[in-house]
Amino acid sequence: MSVAFNLTNSLKDNFGFINNVSKESGQPVEQCYQCGKCTAGCPVAFAMDYPPHRVLRMVQLGLKENVLRSQAIWLCAGCSTCTSRCPRNVDLAQVMDCLRSLAKREGVPLDDRARDVSLFYDCFLNTVEDNGKLYELGMMLNYNLKTRQLFKNANTGLAMLTRNKIKFLPAKTKNRRDVAMIFQRVRELEGKAR
Amino acid sequence: MRIGVFVCWCGSNIGGVVDVPRVAARAAHLPYVAHSVDYKYTCSEPGQNMIVDAIQKHNLDRVVVASCSPRLHETTFRKTIARAGLNPYLLEMVNIREQCSWVHSKEPDQATAKAIDLVRMAVAKAARLEPLSEGSITVTKKAMVIGGGIAGIQAALDIADAGHKVILVEREPTIGGKMVMLDKTFPTLDCSACISTPKMVAVAQHPNIELLTYAEVTEVSGYIGNFSVTVKQKARYVDHSRCTGCGTCWEKCPQKVSSEFNQHIGIRKAIYIPFPQAVPNKPCIDAANCRRLNGKKCGVCAKVCAAGAINYEQQDEYRQVKVGAIVMATGYDLFDWTQAYGEYGYGKIPNIITGLQFERLVNASGPTGGKITRPSDGKEPQNVVFIKCVGSRDEAKGKAYCSRACCMYTAKHAHQVLEKIPGSRVFVFYMDVRAPGKAYEEFYQRTVNEGARYIRGRVSKISRKGDKLLVKGADTLLGCQVEIEADLVVLATAMVPSRGSREIARTVGFTVDQDGFFQEAHPKLRPVETNTAGIFLAGVCQGPKDIPDTVAQASAAAVKVCALLYKQEIATNPMIAEVNESKCQGCLLCRDVCPFQAIETKTIPNNAHDQAKTQTVAHVNSGLCQGCGCCTSSCRSGAINLKGFSNEQIVSAIKACLCEDNFAELVRKVRKR
Repeated sequence: MSVAFNLTNSLKDNFGFINNVSKESGQPVEQCYQCGKCTAGCPVAFAMDYPPHRVLRMVQLGLKENVLRSQAIWLCAGCSTCTSRCPRNVDLAQVMDCLRSLAKREGVPLDDRARDVSLFYDCFLNTVEDNGKLYELGMMLNYNLKTRQLFKNANTGLAMLTRNKIKFLPAKTKNRRDVAMIFQRVRELEGKAR
Repeated sequence: MRIGVFVCWCGSNIGGVVDVPRVAARAAHLPYVAHSVDYKYTCSEPGQNMIVDAIQKHNLDRVVVASCSPRLHETTFRKTIARAGLNPYLLEMVNIREQCSWVHSKEPDQATAKAIDLVRMAVAKAARLEPLSEGSITVTKKAMVIGGGIAGIQAALDIADAGHKVILVEREPTIGGKMVMLDKTFPTLDCSACISTPKMVAVAQHPNIELLTYAEVTEVSGYIGNFSVTVKQKARYVDHSRCTGCGTCWEKCPQKVSSEFNQHIGIRKAIYIPFPQAVPNKPCIDAANCRRLNGKKCGVCAKVCAAGAINYEQQDEYRQVKVGAIVMATGYDLFDWTQAYGEYGYGKIPNIITGLQFERLVNASGPTGGKITRPSDGKEPQNVVFIKCVGSRDEAKGKAYCSRACCMYTAKHAHQVLEKIPGSRVFVFYMDVRAPGKAYEEFYQRTVNEGARYIRGRVSKISRKGDKLLVKGADTLLGCQVEIEADLVVLATAMVPSRGSREIARTVGFTVDQDGFFQEAHPKLRPVETNTAGIFLAGVCQGPKDIPDTVAQASAAAVKVCALLYKQEIATNPMIAEVNESKCQGCLLCRDVCPFQAIETKTIPNNAHDQAKTQTVAHVNSGLCQGCGCCTSSCRSGAINLKGFSNEQIVSAIKACLCEDNFAELVRKVRKR
């Protein structure tokens, strides 16, 4: 954002984006008066490229490109401290969720930690879809393979395995078919949303 | 002689710095002092009762109170000692708060030493106080209100409704002021004309109000209860007793002039009424622009006037009126941004307008019939930028103060654009949003919810880009530069005192503050009074404010006027100058220095050397004298004395200050330098 940002164009071109975020997240983003209470209480703000209140400001002014490519929306841990403290009743955690979802759907190229976090989400959902519930070992191996750091957290994994905290083989639920149907339904809905 | 000394802590205001018990202990040893104590809050009821009890118990006949400024509590303590049966003027106050603890808060020892010195001086002076008694003057039961905006209208109506006669003087051809130019008023969005024009009509019809429009106050003399005011009735060149207000003259007048009422968007004629609902609804001729009055061939208005009301020979008329009180309600003008803001184009770039011009644009009775259009080409703007604090809060270019109403009227303007132009976009550049009124913050939030984009930051440059305006600013919340291609830019320019306000303040005889607004007697406790008795303030002439505050202040001023006019006579300050005729040489130097024209001459018999002769001496008009003391200090023969501050009293205080040990120390200090 080193060059001056043209607000006239931004609002013209990205009016749909602002509306979309409001509608999908169900949050009145225009209500935010930028007091900064969300940023003040955020436990991961130190690691973000844009603090939470600025993410919302960027949504308000339609800076779609910048916000969807930001690390911040992926670093958000979804703890909802911001939500519980917001004086304007904006559920910022919900907005962050919505922005992640939008970034995925739009196929925004991600890099750095954003890519890793996004990958972690994918791996998690894959194992839930396959097994009906979480298979930790499989998920972590999958994640480590894809991020090309095979032995990351291997020590912890081994310790947990020997103490029987995680299983070597996946434990599948009886109602795998139901879970699969949930996934299918979500895909259908997302297809409509697209 | 038995003097009582009461040293006040003023909570921690004095007691936090000055060693109050020590001051009281030292005072106890001064000559004539029979009783000396300290107390936490001497002005409180138990504090005052303590003084009354002490006077009775110790048989005191003079009282010294060392506390705050006499401007704050001298009257309080005079009443207190009067309750105990003493003459109220046998009181001496020492200001050990403003003059000791507040200014020397870092040097408590020296502050205490100074307090002891001041108390010693006051005791010496108190020993020479004389009882004084108040005189009385009669009150002229009529008020004058200067300025016919909403402040003047409200004040005049309130005074008149209370049963007193009022003269309302307005220099423009109509009353109504700025409020009647506005379209709607925040936060209720009442139609401004709908709520102000009925009041204008009420003024014109009120049996107790005499309305003088197109008139100016040129001279004021006299004093509270008895002002004599000279009013100049400017020549209208139209005999209003004959004129029917039919409107033929201004229809036929060939001379077009830029309309002041429409903020120079739109035109009027040389013979005109400023707007259709003007009060009085009869025209006047603008002499500077009339063809006939400037020696050209015309005279159309006289030809078409069926009533024969046009009179090109009319002259300015002066008349003198006597009133008991004056309300100043001279209002404001807008800061001339075109002289100061080069980055916004010095007024050379079209489609950059002021908030008041926007009001005329959006007003149904305005030049565009209420359609918001760009002045340059009449197109409807799609992107409108509002810039707040133009001239306000900008010491480099304008004024240090906040103009108080701009945040709210800008929110209203933004709302009006979004309401009237579907699909339009509104950007508001602001530094802070100040909405401290009933339902104000809610109104601002409503505008935000309607889609106005508030951008925290200032605009650094406006330039032309095709037929649009490129507005470059910063969004400090985003932390980056932003730019907007705008069709129309509206500036919220600062309120400044109306033109000529300094001159009228000098004419009427009171002070203005550093910004030229009229100075109130006390910012909190006497907000509608001036330091000149009998002159009151209403509206923006005292400082920027919005309509609700203006109306409230106008009513407050009216109550003060009524309280004065209800009295048959008022007590005068006895602390005025007095001439010792046997000493007076009649040089009348005192008359030259008196700022209140209170010195008159008097002829007395002089029978020296057995010859019957007469002699001229000075005489003080007790109604006019304000007790400033200029005459006393100028009198060569020491013939004039100010009661309560006589030469003898002052000298004894100075002697007490320079008592021997102090004097020696002073000499040592001077020698060191």
